[in-house]
Amino acid sequence: MATKKFMYLNRRSSFGTVYAIESLEVVLIAAAFEQDVSLAFIDDGVYQIVEGQETDGIGMKNFSKTFHALGDYDINKLYVSKESLEERGLSESDLMPLVYEDEDDDWEEKPSIRVVTNEELKAIMSEQDVCLSF
Amino acid sequence: MKFAIQVNEGPYQHQASDTAFQFAKAAIENGHEIMRVFFYHDGVNNASRFTLPPQDDRHVVNNWASLDIKNAEGEPELVVCVAAALRRGMLDESEATKNSIDGNNIHPAFRISGLGQLIEAGIQCDRLVVFGD
Repeated sequence: MATKKFMYLNRRSSFGTVYAIESLEVVLIAAAFEQDVSLAFIDDGVYQIVEGQETDGIGMKNFSKTFHALGDYDINKLYVSKESLEERGLSESDLMPLVYEDEDDDWEEKPSIRVVTNEELKAIMSEQDVCLSF
Repeated sequence: MKFAIQVNEGPYQHQASDTAFQFAKAAIENGHEIMRVFFYHDGVNNASRFTLPPQDDRHVVNNWASLDIKNAEGEPELVVCVAAALRRGMLDESEATKNSIDGNNIHPAFRISGLGQLIEAGIQCDRLVVFGD
């Protein structure tokens, strides 16, 4: 099967709407298709990977822990908009420490999150074959 | 060109489904192929055969059905995501039976399937066009 570059663009926060969790469901299914997969977090989407989410008080499933599993599915390119973080008073240290094991480098644990400027993200997006926006 | 379409919003609340339909119709009229339309999020509600708009309004569900988008085996290629559909009360006969529910509401021009069908469409088509907010 042909390999294409798929990007999943996450633009909304975790629980206000259904988009975040249903986007993650697509990403997990997509992992089985052995495509080149990357995720981008822009606008309120950056809240999806903030560390320490707690949903007991709102009666909703806390799916944020699932992001930790992405590394095991060879999904290790998580681009985060620098501007979107800054606009919300957030920095990389507020995000979950998401990692993957690099099989080409003696399974060394490496960070999956890459904070990039919108200008850099624009270039990365333009290289994609398929861009799914949630 | 070979297109796939993803519809992320329900009918009437949001224009996305209407715009996607107009796009699909225009593409077919201009000799392009719509390989598949995938309904996700609230977009699954576009497949309800119980939809009854007032007579002077467009019928979003029947509009989609009128495109008659099918594969070589004659199966509908208006595809509704199963997980998204079930959590919103959209069931076909098989899911209704499986879950002991006494009714089903998927229009016969549509079929229920998995998210893999969306990824497959993205791989096989020249363009995947997403309609939603």
